[in-house]
Amino acid sequence: MEAAASTEARVADDRVDYRTDPSHYKHWRLAFDGEVATLTLDIDEDGGIRPGYKLKLNSYDLGVDIELHDALQRIRFEHPEVRSVVFTSGKPKIFCSGANIYMLGLSSHAWKVNFCKFTNETRNGIEDASQNSGLKFIAACNGTTAGGGYELALACDEIVLVDDRNSSVSLPEVPLLGVLPGTGGLTRVTDKRKVRRDHADIFCTISEGVRGKRAVEWKLVDDVVRAQKFDEHIRDRAAALAAGSDRPAGARGVALTPLQRSTDEAGYHYTYVDATIDADKRTVTLTVKSPAAVSATTPDEMLAQGANWWPLQMARELDDAILNLRTNHLDIGLWLLRTEGDARVVLDSDATLVAHQDHWFVRETIGMLRRTLSRIDVSSRSLYALIEPGSCFAGTLLELALAGDRSYMLDDENGSNRIALSAMNTGMLPMVNGLSRIASRFYDDPAPTQAAYAAVGEPLSPEQAMALGLVTEIPDELDWADEVRIAQEERAALSPDALTGLEANLRFGIFETMNTRIFGRLSAWQNWIFIRPNAVGESGALKLFGSGRKPQFDWNRV
Amino acid sequence: MAINYSERIPNNVDLSTNRTLQRALENWQPAFLDWWGEMGPDGSTDYDVYLRTAVSVDPAGWAHFEHVKMPDYRWGIFLTPPEQDRKVNFGDHKGENAWQEVPGEYRSTLRRIIVTQGDTEPASVEQQRHLGLTCPSLYDLRNLFQVNVEEGRHLWAMVYLLHAHFGRDGREEGEALLERRSGDEDNPRILTAFNEKTPDWLSFFMFTFFTDRDGKYQLASLAESAFDPLSRTCKFMLTEEAHHLFVGESGVGRAIQRTCEVMKELKTDDPAKLRAAGVIDLPTLQRYVNFHFSVTSDLYGAEISSNAATYYTTGLKGRFEETKIDDDHKLGNAEYEVMDVAGDRILTRHVAALTALNERLRDDWVTDVQAGVDRWNRIPGKYGIDFKIVLPHKGFNRKIGMFADVHVSPDGRMVSEAEWTHQHKHWLPTEEDRLFVHSLMGRCIEPGKFANWIAPPSRGINNQPANFEYVRFN
Repeated sequence: MEAAASTEARVADDRVDYRTDPSHYKHWRLAFDGEVATLTLDIDEDGGIRPGYKLKLNSYDLGVDIELHDALQRIRFEHPEVRSVVFTSGKPKIFCSGANIYMLGLSSHAWKVNFCKFTNETRNGIEDASQNSGLKFIAACNGTTAGGGYELALACDEIVLVDDRNSSVSLPEVPLLGVLPGTGGLTRVTDKRKVRRDHADIFCTISEGVRGKRAVEWKLVDDVVRAQKFDEHIRDRAAALAAGSDRPAGARGVALTPLQRSTDEAGYHYTYVDATIDADKRTVTLTVKSPAAVSATTPDEMLAQGANWWPLQMARELDDAILNLRTNHLDIGLWLLRTEGDARVVLDSDATLVAHQDHWFVRETIGMLRRTLSRIDVSSRSLYALIEPGSCFAGTLLELALAGDRSYMLDDENGSNRIALSAMNTGMLPMVNGLSRIASRFYDDPAPTQAAYAAVGEPLSPEQAMALGLVTEIPDELDWADEVRIAQEERAALSPDALTGLEANLRFGIFETMNTRIFGRLSAWQNWIFIRPNAVGESGALKLFGSGRKPQFDWNRV
Repeated sequence: MAINYSERIPNNVDLSTNRTLQRALENWQPAFLDWWGEMGPDGSTDYDVYLRTAVSVDPAGWAHFEHVKMPDYRWGIFLTPPEQDRKVNFGDHKGENAWQEVPGEYRSTLRRIIVTQGDTEPASVEQQRHLGLTCPSLYDLRNLFQVNVEEGRHLWAMVYLLHAHFGRDGREEGEALLERRSGDEDNPRILTAFNEKTPDWLSFFMFTFFTDRDGKYQLASLAESAFDPLSRTCKFMLTEEAHHLFVGESGVGRAIQRTCEVMKELKTDDPAKLRAAGVIDLPTLQRYVNFHFSVTSDLYGAEISSNAATYYTTGLKGRFEETKIDDDHKLGNAEYEVMDVAGDRILTRHVAALTALNERLRDDWVTDVQAGVDRWNRIPGKYGIDFKIVLPHKGFNRKIGMFADVHVSPDGRMVSEAEWTHQHKHWLPTEEDRLFVHSLMGRCIEPGKFANWIAPPSRGINNQPANFEYVRFN
């Protein structure tokens, strides 16, 4: 027991780092050929991010997905010339067999859930790029495409399956593992691919999957192509998809230089972002700072600053902080969102983003901001925004407060505390439900939404912010300390599970999209199944997979 | 620790350095005075009343007497001085430092406890507001007013806690305490017993003896709280509560004494003859005891209570004299005996002590009540009369807990609905009893004079002579 406990302690110290670059990839090869990039999955089976399992048959774990996330970022920013991306496999007869089952069997519940969330976000990022960045994706399934492998393919714009009389696409989670295709698979089969529900029912309950003509008829893939013609077909399709893109030819990319941060017991410290953890109170103060001034107003100036351009650097730092807090600090249940700096500068910065939103680099940066803020929305942590004098909750940074479960704005005596909206708040940074945070806050009711939008540009006092419904409470200086302290202590004492459920239910309002269904319905069911004995008990399907023993189910339907 | 009277609100909590609290209380003060004007003792605004005012919280120095108009009474904020390095003495937090701030985790529970306690203070003032019109003497009138202003101060004490520690919610609760009205169907006081009328002086004495004694036990268990400001507030309130108990015990005792005098004089124990002579016969007093004992018993709540258990384990509310009890103060495995009803039998059973804390506090109260009853029972003997007031069985006339749905006689027998219907007029005050008691309530305000139904006290307040003018009507 002692040995086991000390091993756990060591693992706990062994934090996951989301920073990488192509020179450190173990599992992906990233190749460029003009307007087409190819991402070849060739997983090093001994390269798992945690000990205890082998990544056989091109099966993945969190480490594989961290590389994929990084690769997508590099295509977006470093290779503006790329217009279509091909996913394929470097292993014979196997495209990808999905998440590694032994890894899942060994993992804690929290690890599984966090892994699935990050993977979901990366898959959503592929679709986000297709929708907003002019990047189109083809899954060149040159071998068996199973489980999470097919879910990756589902995130692409086109799925092409090799017709070798053997390779199939499949979602074998239910029959083999007693869990769901939970990384978006089940939802994308219906919502995106529009596979008829009875076909989907059969498809999701047979482990061997579907191949050949039937796979096309059931809309599971777009084409099945014989092996000899396969590469040519993929080239043609990649070119065809690239033709519709507006990504610039001959533009110079922006190098994503390594993110600079210092890490210590107190948290994570970056140039514009700081995450300071209070372990006793189980809170973290996440502070985002404005730049001193807007130093780039033209695309050329922005490109010249590259990864150091404030909107991009801040977004990258914030993204990294969020991922670290989510993965490495499970018990820090309350995030206190703060800002520091000059609201005017943030508004001016937003103005440059809006003015040049069609420039590829600005577009990508806005996309990065959008995805990063979306990560906050789907984080299973309580979020309180604390709006105090000296803060800069304006425009893009106001989204932090709007992402909060609550916001407290100090009604200060000398009247200096202000928030402000910019055009960025009116739809350029939508949530996963497709709405701006303001529209979503008001359930898309036009009257309060338009009233808030009408305030773009003017600083709003606590009373005005309150009247517009943009903040939760405006305690004055006499009440501030107690109100804020008690609100935090009270929150920190509640059941973390109940809070996760509560927050997820309240944050996304009343409008469903495919993504809200993935993060809501599919994830919730999956996470329930993940703790049920039929999956993870001693005789559960997930635990016994590969052992040759048959799972013993509790047959009672719940 | 002297009280600062130079301030608008007398206090020993450094109010002048706490702007939040000062602002909150200064806003609340006019509303309190409006409430006092509207719901305080009827027609008493201009009376000069010989009142005790706290001038210091030291044991010797907190009782200071002078004639004051009640609206000018120096209501304020007085806490027992802090105990150095006070620790939590019970529950899961035992051994930790006592809390000087409300832990957010317990905010709503603590607020509910304080509001429930606070609500009883103005309620009893409201219940008693017409009694001045039928007072049996100036001495008694003064005692009533003393009780009333101190209930008012206890309200201040609870509002202080709400304002000092519960932010905006606390201020709203402070306002609501002035907005509820005893007996108002739409906007009643929180606890049922505090919506009953106090129709006559016998009921007032019974109330101060039985129900204010419940207050004592509630305050004593809150004085154990891990939340130090609540503990210190309640400790000081207890010193004032003692006077209220004295008013009740001596009031009933003087009624017994007067009845015994007349019994001896007339050589009769016939209630009809005694009533004709203008005193309250002892069986009627017994029925009043039965009523007030049982109704007040209900204030402790159900015998088995998970709320009480939670209050204990979380350190919010201890047992009576918690630190003097010799056990682990956690009650993990301890048991406690409670009564239960099984079919037509009353039996006892052992339950987890944690869940039986209401019953334990009720039992502590019963012991204290019994001691007071024993003192009453010495009076008839002095007149050669063989009569004893007997407390009814705990299950008698209960509306809350194990006995809520059954009928129990005062001597502890389960009785049928039919027997109850037939007998209860012998056990509880009847309409006729109440009308009779009411008929005795004439106003007697000549210095040194007492109504016929009650004996004079053995000594005056602050050793004043019998004919002292305790209240000047102007």
